[in-house]
Amino acid sequence: MAKTVNTRATSTQTTAPATRRKALTKAGPGRSATDADDSIAGADDEATFALRSLQQAHANNRRYDASDEELLDFYEQMMLIRRFEEKAGQLYGLGLIGGFCHLYIGQEAVAVGLQSALVTGKDSVITGYRDHGHMLAYGIDPKVIMAELTGRAAGISRGKGGSMHMFSTDHRFYGGHGIVGAQVSLGTGLAFGHKYSGDGGVCMAYFGDGASNQGQVYESMNMASLWKLPIIFVIENNGYAMGTAVKRGSAETEFYRRGTAFRIPGMDVNGMDVLEVHQAAQVALEYVRAGNGPVLMELNTYRYRGHSMSDPAKYRSREEVQEMREKHDPIEGAKNELLKRGVPEDKIKAIDKAIRQVVAESADYAETSPEPDMHELYTDVLVEQY
Amino acid sequence: MAIDLKMPALSPTMEEGTLAKWLVKEGDAVKSGDILAEIETDKATMEFEAIDEGTIGKIVIPEGTENVKVGTVIATITGDGEDAATPAPAPAAAPAPAPVAKAEAAPEPAKPEGGAAQLASSAKPAADPEVPAGTAMVSTTVREALRDAMAEEMRRDDRIFVMGEEVAEYQGAYKVTQGLLEEFGPRRVIDTPITEYGFAGIGTGAAMGGLRPIIEFMTFNFAMQAIDHIINSAAKTNYMSGGQMRCPIVFRGPNGAASRVGAQHSQNYAPWYSAVPGLIVIAPYDAADAKGLLKAAIRSEDPVVFLENELIYGRSYDVPDLGDDHVLPIGKARIVRPGKDVTIVTYSIGVGLSLDAAKLLADEGIDAEVIDLRTLRPLDKAAVLESLAKTNRLVVVEEGWPTCSIASEIMAICMEDGFDHLDAPVGRVCDEDVPLPYAANLEKAALIDVPRIVAAVKKACYR
Repeated sequence: MAKTVNTRATSTQTTAPATRRKALTKAGPGRSATDADDSIAGADDEATFALRSLQQAHANNRRYDASDEELLDFYEQMMLIRRFEEKAGQLYGLGLIGGFCHLYIGQEAVAVGLQSALVTGKDSVITGYRDHGHMLAYGIDPKVIMAELTGRAAGISRGKGGSMHMFSTDHRFYGGHGIVGAQVSLGTGLAFGHKYSGDGGVCMAYFGDGASNQGQVYESMNMASLWKLPIIFVIENNGYAMGTAVKRGSAETEFYRRGTAFRIPGMDVNGMDVLEVHQAAQVALEYVRAGNGPVLMELNTYRYRGHSMSDPAKYRSREEVQEMREKHDPIEGAKNELLKRGVPEDKIKAIDKAIRQVVAESADYAETSPEPDMHELYTDVLVEQY
Repeated sequence: MAIDLKMPALSPTMEEGTLAKWLVKEGDAVKSGDILAEIETDKATMEFEAIDEGTIGKIVIPEGTENVKVGTVIATITGDGEDAATPAPAPAAAPAPAPVAKAEAAPEPAKPEGGAAQLASSAKPAADPEVPAGTAMVSTTVREALRDAMAEEMRRDDRIFVMGEEVAEYQGAYKVTQGLLEEFGPRRVIDTPITEYGFAGIGTGAAMGGLRPIIEFMTFNFAMQAIDHIINSAAKTNYMSGGQMRCPIVFRGPNGAASRVGAQHSQNYAPWYSAVPGLIVIAPYDAADAKGLLKAAIRSEDPVVFLENELIYGRSYDVPDLGDDHVLPIGKARIVRPGKDVTIVTYSIGVGLSLDAAKLLADEGIDAEVIDLRTLRPLDKAAVLESLAKTNRLVVVEEGWPTCSIASEIMAICMEDGFDHLDAPVGRVCDEDVPLPYAANLEKAALIDVPRIVAAVKKACYR
């Protein structure tokens, strides 16, 4: 962790102002969906082509009216992800976690806000390699996640998957995929399964602004729309595809418009406010559960850390990161709102303390539990004996 | 003078067809471009157009006639002013069986003999030893056997569905899925857009979610667009998840050289997939194996790459009439011809050629054992080594490139584990190490054939 912070602090490279402005303004609160530049191509050409309808519904009622308890719950889940990821960063620095390790810090409101609207065990979730947060948001035990990060037998994939490859079929969490964009086709297959078996489930397939430029994403969108599959395509736009700012990699940086060619309605959502995210998820879910086919949600968010632990993130300025942390942090935002509502600070502090305890325990567990037996090298290659 | 209208070849591999319907009658005047008849091949129904102007003289082959060989005279056409009633010079009774390669198929231009013709074989492999004695045998094409396997399994298990390009309404680009849409409906037999990467991923995701997809690639050449999902998503899922998440899926379709279709549509991907841990790779030869192994593949909990061969689809072999019980073991080779002097290890279309070669070799006093690997991963090493221990000489026959091939792998196995049994270096007969050319003579030179196998075996026998 220290290494990353230091490198960033010494970075002198400037970021294109336009990129920063987009990342900041799009993530900022109170952005109106009726801005002139928000018009979706083709939206007006026929009355039945309701591409704008969901964005409109979202604009009309932007924030979820959470009870204090619900907001506390969101806060707790986001804080768990934050502290878990910070600890993972520390363990990486200590050499206990190897390889690639992509942290979710800064993006917590996305997974928490969206997945809190799903039904665990009925709806399915699939994502890429930045997957720790999505697992925690689905209630998967932090211990077995951390033990997987350290490559131990007790890890959720028995130590054979690692940070990028974790699954929990009990939760209908399907990974954990390392090839950028692959989870979009796979998620469309999960949605196909929901429709085929008529189980009423919806698949939520997460991918980033970088994956959005993969061809298979559009192949999948075409079929998902053609067959009216129950899937929500979630683009987590954190501003950078590894080191490439969206402006440098994407001809259309308003990613929620990218389903238009397949008649998939898009939603442009502030991914730094958990209540906005949750409310938007409900709008999308209502549409998808009614059998209307897919929805594409763009969640405008920001990652505070590098792309992975080995990324010094020199492609952006320290000021840009600082501004996001200070003005748009999803956890601080939720905390301030709780305090404003009169929730006692002691109650929040008690949650923070309990989370530190859970994370410390998961780290202890991950450090002390044994590595896989050598025979595990040869198990699980195939299911059957031939 | 009367012009003979001959049964046209409507696809590179068509040898015969059904004259489904005449759209003209004797005495009708026709001009160039008029549709004369509808002809059904095993793949499609095609319209047969007139090229010449004139009057239909005699209709030689009545409509509804099946198995009309390419090149057979089906009608005559007379020029203007001639007597339309002039009897046709062609034999009117039994249609003359013209060998496809020799046919001067008017109105089609002369068809040069490409390399695919030399891959043909009429040899019948010995019956699978696991078939109970007294079982009735039914002559079945490989195409029908594959379809039957899918249909039988789909009746047993609602989780199985078939997805691919033209699998439903078109009845399959090579007619392997014929009739499935009618029986199982569009929920389970699904036409996709032309989007291999996408639907391979959708199939893999559906398998992860608990279904049992059969993904058809129109040919495995197009699966290159999708190989990421086959290898990175399907093959590795079980391992990466510590056995938690499975991927029971079958990727199937034709593989290997077809006939005169050029480099991008003619190659054998068996060694590519066989290199990957986590995959099962099957490449059957005859109809009984095609059916029994496809059923086993569909029932397997593991991802299977099932490599068929277009040139074999139309060939008929005996299939044991065992219905649902005809499920063959994955990972087991089969001795299709026992012998004592030398072992020929092969698979897919190489099996027929090897059997033909073995017959010629027998005339020269060499008794060759022919082993059909059937499953390429996991490879039946024991069967290869047992045979080697018996014959002490071995040749691998593979319709595919030699470099980093199944042949290379068999040779490595013989070196590592069979060295003491070898009386001669292991030989291999593979395609030439070049992209497959289009020109008939070059294609012929690029592909394996019987004389090359005979020569390699004789070399291994120091004869």
